Amino acid sequence: MHVLRHAPHGTIYSYEGVEMILIMATYEQDISVVFIGDGVYALKKGQDTSAIGTKGFAKTFKAFDGYDVEKLYVDQLSLEERGLREDDLVVDIEVVSSGKIGELMHEQDVIIHH
Amino acid sequence: MLHTVNKSPFGNNTLETCIRFAAPGDPILLIEDGVYAVQAANRFASLIETILKTNPLFALQPDLTARGISMIASGVTTVDYEGFVELVEQHRVNSWL
Repeated sequence: MHVLRHAPHGTIYSYEGVEMILIMATYEQDISVVFIGDGVYALKKGQDTSAIGTKGFAKTFKAFDGYDVEKLYVDQLSLEERGLREDDLVVDIEVVSSGKIGELMHEQDVIIHH
Repeated sequence: MLHTVNKSPFGNNTLETCIRFAAPGDPILLIEDGVYAVQAANRFASLIETILKTNPLFALQPDLTARGISMIASGVTTVDYEGFVELVEQHRVNSWL
């Protein structure tokens, strides 16, 4: 399981997380991805980084499907705290409670935070 | 599952996030700047008290000593590096970086 917890453009954490997910997916690892805290901002629709000179990667989430990365979860409270709804996100993603994410974490062999 | 937190709670919400997802009974180990959370009588005293009702809480002694923290919240267990290794041996690790 990969856990994205940082906002997308202020630091490189979430971008590196996405790269790592794609690399691991090419090795056919069974991957799930969870978005928590500011990590949910990576999924926000309408991001345009052309004026800040960095590579935007929001569209990459749409490619996850092609890499068989299909277990995507977003923390409901993190969305609510930021005034975001499922409609605001670039991909169809399961909105789940902290309790459910806690359960999923317990099922993992390895958890990597980004 | 063992949760480790290495960020100060004053500059970062990692501890609070970790608590929200940890299952009751999961041990939580504070390391590096994470140990500032358990200095006695700080702003997080009530949070620490709440955590201790459901989860065992550990702090790494060498990191406490390095930071001059000698008075820690009651109920928190200190461990040395050997204790750290024992915890890691007993649990899968969720490292909240």
